[in-house]
Amino acid sequence: MNFARSHILVCGGTGCTSSQSPKIMEEFEVQLAKRGLSDEAKVILTGCFGLCALGPIVVVYPEGAFYSNVKVSDVAEIVEEHILKGRIVERLLYHEKKSNEIVHSLNDTEFYKKQKRIALRNCGVINPENIDEYIAFDGYQALATCLTERTPQEVIDIISASGLRGRGGAGFPTGTKWSFAAREKGPVKYVCCNADEGDPGAFMDRSVLEGDPHSVIEAMAIAGYAIGASQGYIYVRAEYPIAVKRLQIAIDQAKEYGFLGEHIFDTDFSFDLEIRLGAGAFVCGEETALMTSIEGHRGEPRPRPPYPAVKGLFGKPTILNNVETLANIPWILQNGPEKFAEMGTEKSKGTKVFALGGKITNTGLVEIPMGTTLREIVEDIGGGVPNGKKFKAAQTGGPSGGCIPASLIDTPIDYESLAQIGSMMGSGGLIIMDEDNCMVDIARFFLDFTVDESCGKCAPCRIGTRRLREILDKIVSGKGTMEDLDLLEELCYHLKSNSLCALGQTAPNPVLSTLRYFRDEYEAHVKEHRCPAGVCKALLHYVIDPEKCKGCTACSRVCPVDAISGEVKKAHVIDTDKCIKCGACIEKCRFDAIKKQ
Amino acid sequence: MPNTKTVVPFRGTKEQEAKLHEVIAKHKNQPGATMPVLQEVQAIYGYLPEEVQIMVAEGLGIPLTEVYGIASFYSQFALNPKGEYQVSVCMGTACYVKGAGAVLDRVCEVLDCQPGSITKDGRFSLEATRCIGACGLAPVMTINDDVYGRLKPEDVDDILKKYM
Repeated sequence: MNFARSHILVCGGTGCTSSQSPKIMEEFEVQLAKRGLSDEAKVILTGCFGLCALGPIVVVYPEGAFYSNVKVSDVAEIVEEHILKGRIVERLLYHEKKSNEIVHSLNDTEFYKKQKRIALRNCGVINPENIDEYIAFDGYQALATCLTERTPQEVIDIISASGLRGRGGAGFPTGTKWSFAAREKGPVKYVCCNADEGDPGAFMDRSVLEGDPHSVIEAMAIAGYAIGASQGYIYVRAEYPIAVKRLQIAIDQAKEYGFLGEHIFDTDFSFDLEIRLGAGAFVCGEETALMTSIEGHRGEPRPRPPYPAVKGLFGKPTILNNVETLANIPWILQNGPEKFAEMGTEKSKGTKVFALGGKITNTGLVEIPMGTTLREIVEDIGGGVPNGKKFKAAQTGGPSGGCIPASLIDTPIDYESLAQIGSMMGSGGLIIMDEDNCMVDIARFFLDFTVDESCGKCAPCRIGTRRLREILDKIVSGKGTMEDLDLLEELCYHLKSNSLCALGQTAPNPVLSTLRYFRDEYEAHVKEHRCPAGVCKALLHYVIDPEKCKGCTACSRVCPVDAISGEVKKAHVIDTDKCIKCGACIEKCRFDAIKKQ
Repeated sequence: MPNTKTVVPFRGTKEQEAKLHEVIAKHKNQPGATMPVLQEVQAIYGYLPEEVQIMVAEGLGIPLTEVYGIASFYSQFALNPKGEYQVSVCMGTACYVKGAGAVLDRVCEVLDCQPGSITKDGRFSLEATRCIGACGLAPVMTINDDVYGRLKPEDVDDILKKYM
C-alpha cells in the first residue's frame, strides 16, 4: 500500500458541488501530475464539511489547513506553495468574521468549536465512495460485534439505555420502537429508512447519505438483526441524485464485502437492502404514507393503530427510522450507551444536526449536543445575522413547526422545551429570520406548502388548510378583520384535533406560533393596513423622499410602467396607482431616496 | 397542474416502446413495481402521456386508473413534455426568506410563462421547486444541470440570455 504524505480533501456535498468542487478536484489532479506529485499527495472527494456558506471547501492534511471559497484558479497556488514547498497559503485560509483572525485549522473555527459530531462523524473526513475508508474508521465493527457476541435483545437494550430518540421529528424512543417489532411473530419483517427529507430548508439527511452512506447501511443491518428482519428498504427522494448514487455504490460494496447478503460474518443472519425512490410528495415522509408508497400506490397515510411495528409494509411488522437516527446507532454500539447518554438534557440525549439557513452568516450544517441554547447556535456557531440586521425569529420544524421569537433565544434546544414554546424539533431545519421578514407572510408561505402537499385523503386537512390560507391571503392583502384572527385560531385547533396524519395535525403550527408571538404584526396588517417588515406587496407604497432626491432621472428611466415623473434636477414623484411595486427604482437610486412604506 | 391532459401530440417511437417493455419485464414480479416502472419509463419518454400510461397498465396487468392515480399524485411525474431547458427556481424556506419570490417573478417576466408551464416555443419550461438542499447558496435557480446561486432579480436577465 502506498502512503501519501499529504491528503487533499475536497468537499463533494451538494452545496460545494454546485459551486464547481468537481472541477477543483480535477484541477488538483492536473496540477499534481504536472509537478510529479501524484504519488505523494492524494486527492479525496468527501461528504459535506458543514460550512456551506464558504464553499467550495478544501482541507489539506496533515496540517489540517482549512481553505475556503476556493476557485479553480487558486489550485495551482495551493499545489505549488503548500504541497510542494510546505508553505500554507494564508490568503485562502478562513478568516473569523468577528475578530478577523486567520484560522489555520478547521477545528479551531468558532463554527466548529461548540459542535459535537456524532451523526456527522465521518462527513468531510472519509471518501464516501470507498468502503475501505469507512472500515478504517471502525466501520462495520459494531455490526460484527452484534452478530457474533450479542443477542438481539442485548442490542435493543443498549439502544434503549442510550436514550436515543427518533431524529425525524417526533422523538419516539428508538429502543422501544425496535422492541415492539421484535416482539411480533415473523418470519417476514422489514426495516425501512426514511430518507424522504421533505422539510424545505433541511438537508441533514442528504449530507449523511452523501458523506457517510455506510453508517446508515450498517445501522439498518443491525436493526434487522435486532428485530429479526432480513429485508430493508431505503426510501430516498429522487431529488437527491448524488445521495442516491453514493448509496447505491455503498450497497454494492457492502454486498461485495459480505456485510449484506447471505450469512453475514458466517452467521445465520442474512440481510438485503433495496433503494426505493420517492417521487416528490411531502406526505410520504409520514410513516404510513411512506410504506403505502413503497407498496406502489398513491402515498396516502393510513389510520393508526395498527402501528407499523405490528402491521406495516406489505402488512408485515416493520420499523421505520430516520437517516440521522440510524447514523447514531453504530457509534452508540461502539462507544457504549453511557457515553451517548452523557450528552444532552434529562429527556433528550445525544446530539442533533441542524441545517442552519436563512439570514445567518455561517449557513451550513451543525451538530450540537442537545440542550445547547438557540443563542449559542445563532451567535457563536452561526456568526450572527449579517448586514447589521436584528435577529427576529428562528423557525424550526419546517411546515410542521413554529417560530421562536428573539425573547426566547435562550431556550435550550431539546424535544420538550421546543414543544413547550409551540414549535417542535422537527427533522432539523433551522431558518433564521431578521427584521426584514414578515411573520404573517412566513405563515402564509408554509400554508401554501401544506395546501399543495396535502394528499387529499381526509377533509380536515384537504379543506382546512385551504381555508386557513384564504384567511391569511385576506390579511396580507389588507382586507382582514379582527374576527378573522379569532376564526384563524379556531380553525387551527380543528385541524390539529381532526386530521388523519401528522401533516394535517401540525400544519397549523406556523400560524399558531406566529399568532402567539407576533400578534402585533397581524394586527398591524388588519387595523392599520400596514406590513411592518415591508414585505406584503399589497400593503406597500413606494415613495420618494424629496429631501434626498437629486432629480437624476435614473428611476424614471428604469420604471417599466412609467409611474415616476419629474423634471431633471428636481424631486421626482411616484404615481402609486400606476406603480407595480417591482422595486427596480430602489435598485437604481444612488441617493437612497426611495423608501417602501 | 400535473393532472391536465397534454395538448402535445404523442410522438413515441418503436425503440422507445421496446425499451418500455424491457422495463416492465424487469419489474413485473417485484412487489410495489408501479412506481419504479413509471420512474424508468419517464426517463425513456421524458414524460408520461396517456398512451404510455395505457401501455404500462396493460403491461403490469393493473387498471389504468391506478397508473393515472399514481402519475398524477407525485409531483415528479410529468403528464406534459418538458422544455429543452428546464428552469427551476428553488422556493425552499431558506431561499424564500432570502428573496426567491422576487427572483421567480423576474424569471416569469423574462420568459413570459408561469411556474408549471412551458414557453410557447417549447424551449423553456419553468418550475417553482421544493428545496434542492443547496441552502448555503440561497436563493438558487437551476437550468438543466447548471446551478446559479446567491441570486438577485437583476441577475436573471443575463443568465437566461445565455440559453436564448
